[in-house]
Amino acid sequence: MINYIIRRLLYVLPVLMGVNVLTFVLFFVVNSPDDMARMQLGDKHVSQQAVDNWKQQRGYDLPLLWNERKSGLQAATETIFFKKSVGLFVFDLGMSDNGRDIAADIAQRMWPSLAIAIPSLIFGVLANITFALLLIFYRGSYLEFGGLFICITLMSISGLFYIIAGQYFIGKLLALTPISGYAPGIDAFKFIILPVLIGVVGGLGSGVRWYRTLFLEEAAKDYVRTAKAKGLSDLQVLFRHVLKNAMIPILTGIVVILPLLFMGSLISESFFAIPGLGSYTIDAISSQDFAIVRSMVFLGSFLYIIGLLLTDISYTLVDPRVRLD
Amino acid sequence: MIKVVKIAGSYLLLLLASACSDGALNSPYVQNEELGKVIYSSFAERPKHLDPAKAYSSNEYAIIAQVYESLFQYHYLKKPYQLEPLLASAMPSLSYYNKHGEKLPDDIATADIAYAEYLITIAENTQFQPHPCFNIDLHDKLPDDWDGKSLYDLPLASRGLSSDDFIYQIKRLADPSTQSPIAGLMANYIVGFNEFAKNQSSLRKKTPGLSKAQRLQSIPMLGVKKIDQQRFSIRIKGKYPQFINWLAMPFFSPMPWEADEFYLNPALVSSNITLDWFPVGTGPYFLSENNPNRRMVLSKNPNFHLEYYPTEADKEAEGKGLLSDAGKRLPLNDKVIFSLEKESIPYWNKFIQGYYDVSGISSDSFDQAVSFSSDGDVALTNNMLQRGIGLQTAVTTSSYYLGFNMLDEIVGGSSDAAKKLRQAISIVMDYEEYISIFQNGRGVPAQGIIPPDIFGHLTGEQGINPVVYQWKNGPLRRSIDEAKILLTEAGYHNGIDPKNSEPLVLYFDTMDSSPDSKARLNWLRKQFNKLNIQLVIRGTDYNRFQEKMRNGNAQLFMWGWNADYPDPENFLFLLYGKNSKSLHGGENAANYQNAQFDVLFEEMSTMEDSPQRQAIINQMVDLVRQEAPWVWGFHPKAFSLHHAWYKNANPNLMANNTTKYINIDPALRQEYQAKWNKPVYWPLVLVLLIGTLLLLPAYLIYRRIERATAL
Repeated sequence: MINYIIRRLLYVLPVLMGVNVLTFVLFFVVNSPDDMARMQLGDKHVSQQAVDNWKQQRGYDLPLLWNERKSGLQAATETIFFKKSVGLFVFDLGMSDNGRDIAADIAQRMWPSLAIAIPSLIFGVLANITFALLLIFYRGSYLEFGGLFICITLMSISGLFYIIAGQYFIGKLLALTPISGYAPGIDAFKFIILPVLIGVVGGLGSGVRWYRTLFLEEAAKDYVRTAKAKGLSDLQVLFRHVLKNAMIPILTGIVVILPLLFMGSLISESFFAIPGLGSYTIDAISSQDFAIVRSMVFLGSFLYIIGLLLTDISYTLVDPRVRLD
Repeated sequence: MIKVVKIAGSYLLLLLASACSDGALNSPYVQNEELGKVIYSSFAERPKHLDPAKAYSSNEYAIIAQVYESLFQYHYLKKPYQLEPLLASAMPSLSYYNKHGEKLPDDIATADIAYAEYLITIAENTQFQPHPCFNIDLHDKLPDDWDGKSLYDLPLASRGLSSDDFIYQIKRLADPSTQSPIAGLMANYIVGFNEFAKNQSSLRKKTPGLSKAQRLQSIPMLGVKKIDQQRFSIRIKGKYPQFINWLAMPFFSPMPWEADEFYLNPALVSSNITLDWFPVGTGPYFLSENNPNRRMVLSKNPNFHLEYYPTEADKEAEGKGLLSDAGKRLPLNDKVIFSLEKESIPYWNKFIQGYYDVSGISSDSFDQAVSFSSDGDVALTNNMLQRGIGLQTAVTTSSYYLGFNMLDEIVGGSSDAAKKLRQAISIVMDYEEYISIFQNGRGVPAQGIIPPDIFGHLTGEQGINPVVYQWKNGPLRRSIDEAKILLTEAGYHNGIDPKNSEPLVLYFDTMDSSPDSKARLNWLRKQFNKLNIQLVIRGTDYNRFQEKMRNGNAQLFMWGWNADYPDPENFLFLLYGKNSKSLHGGENAANYQNAQFDVLFEEMSTMEDSPQRQAIINQMVDLVRQEAPWVWGFHPKAFSLHHAWYKNANPNLMANNTTKYINIDPALRQEYQAKWNKPVYWPLVLVLLIGTLLLLPAYLIYRRIERATAL
């Protein structure tokens, strides 16, 4: 397995280089360094001198990919692409074009994102699995039909509606939780109840149906019939055996997103005024802050690859037949 | 995990306990902050800069204008806007000089003036806020036991304000490394500004070891001279009366050199603690907490100098009872908390709950808040009145307009045909309808370039634009038939282009791609259809739109301008030939050029407000109304709601430092908040009951399944 992990880690480098090139090309096809400078300097009284000065101070006065004025290796290294990319591979994210330390910003904003994402994931998965297993248990009864009807209804409603309706009913009419806001430490608790509740309820429809499909396939297998024939109750069969054997697809869905949890959720964080990372990349794209865009895309790619690797490793833990060679 | 369970348990206990009390579970604040004289406000996006040399937008000024102070400020309760001393002890004395440096009499002709010199005396006994930068020992090394959480955990110190601090800030404006947005503009006026900038650039290259403060202090700026600790002078090129308005803006706030030196520490830089984020000022507040991702807190500056609530007001302000706190020492509140609130719906709901003190009115909530009577008067709805909410309205010192590119072959130029085409379009652009549909009635159709409350703006019959309106007990838009006659005279009979005998096609460039834009653009097309002109919308992104404007490639466009200061020059310069955007990189987006207008502008811009100045302005306004380089559009009207406990609110659109005048009644706020936010528990009980009832059939089916036989 060690060899497999090393091999997979070595794949990371070319993938990240490819992602970095793609990000660079896509960004500079749409924005030029002059555009970036004008966006940062504002609309009023901006002179070309100020634009040139801005570019020079942030290293955007160099050619994009190839410096014809230099010779040898310097033709490639004295460019915006090289200067802005090389630090990423040692995880030096540098300063944003707005003059803020990107690593410090991420370190500060990841915790509120995690405060929402982790409980939403845990409670969401637990609720989805429990309801899905219960639907299997009550298969063929009107409880299953009723449950599926509710699932379809929940799936049909926009995620934004849950947020607005949740804020209106629970925060405004019932006055049980704050409508939005955040506080660090233990004070965060009262602020995360509503977003977590809405996150769990909003994901229930699709989540339950997805897990129900997995469990249905598993419940039709021979060992289930054997277990029942041996006298185990339906609940015991479902929660002890079916659940365990359906873990591989469940893990595929969960482990891969674990490292990305700290990246946050754009809409939820925006409506609940959570100071997380959800809008960090989008805001940077709007303000044409290349330093943040490249850092976040790089980090996102890296974490996704790590998530995939963790998924593979987790297979070996839940299914002894899986070997990573 | 145990900690989380404990917290969850505590909250449930709190929930149960509060069932028996009036406590608000939905308060978005922690501890007992809401009990004091605290203003609760918000920000939708984090400010880009809090350095007064760089900040130039309203959300930045909302913070820094409370922390930094300028030499002058706008009187809070007087209109027309009036400057008064703030950090200065009096208004400056002004002297004129010829090109040989000889002093000239005050009544000398403008053409003879080579330089104007402002002699400024600053008020005594002004101290900077307590800040660690004034501990010189901390410049080299921060204490090992400092946890990096708050600057105000470090040993604090202060010092008195001197003229050096103003001179230092002017040098910062000029220094290219600061990247001040007004550096280019000030280089045209302040003597030696440009030379200083060039010297700083070369010095930076030659001696990179010098810190910014050392570098700036090593060279003097020719036009800025220290006389003594309390006095300094600024010499500008020619006569520029509006310069004093710039001195009232945060750009010219005093900056201690110690701040630049202190924030150089790499440990601070890597934690995003820089002068651009943690200001050091003399104002009524200091920024005690700055997390631009969550909230920013202004606390009362213990070193704030003596300043009192105004004892004079104009009649309107006096009539509103805004002198009830006259003579009280400022600031009237202890703290201001700005919380991040990105979306308008939660913001509005929290305002209604009493957790924000003031609110604008978004289109989503407009009908809940405001109603219009049959004669167009604005009033609050009953729901708002019952809550004791007050409404403030004010026409902003802004103009939004449809511009014609005067370099364009069809709509531009000074030919009679092009002029009549522009006039015809001006008539059919029904901005009354636009304001009604897209602004919820919040705007005033513009009769010219100068908004209300600015010198030069005329009201009544004499103030209407005769090209577009006629006076019949009020301004009445001219008919479409009159527009069609003008169009025919322009050579486009019934909108047909004689070159190809097809309807005239015009192009509108826009970067507006929001969901609302479709309706707006359809409305725009409809206006041109009245003349049988086909309008082609050319949508583009921000960068390409700006590029088109810079290169003069747009034909029609919408643009806006928000006043820097309350002087007609700040609007009329938008049509001055030398400010043409595509020819000179200025703010004249329509690229309008008219020699007569330019001559009048140059004369008007150096005059003090007087009947003579008004006469020249009238000439200029009449000229551009006839030439119609813009369809004059509208001046937006700002609507603002505030709760009953928020006192002394007055819409002064020029003053940014108004927070210090606001008086909060915390007891009243607490009373209303408790009344409006009583928790309601019965729906929870109902949900539990339904859940329990559902368990019964589930149990019955469970028993049936468990007892069922295989066969």
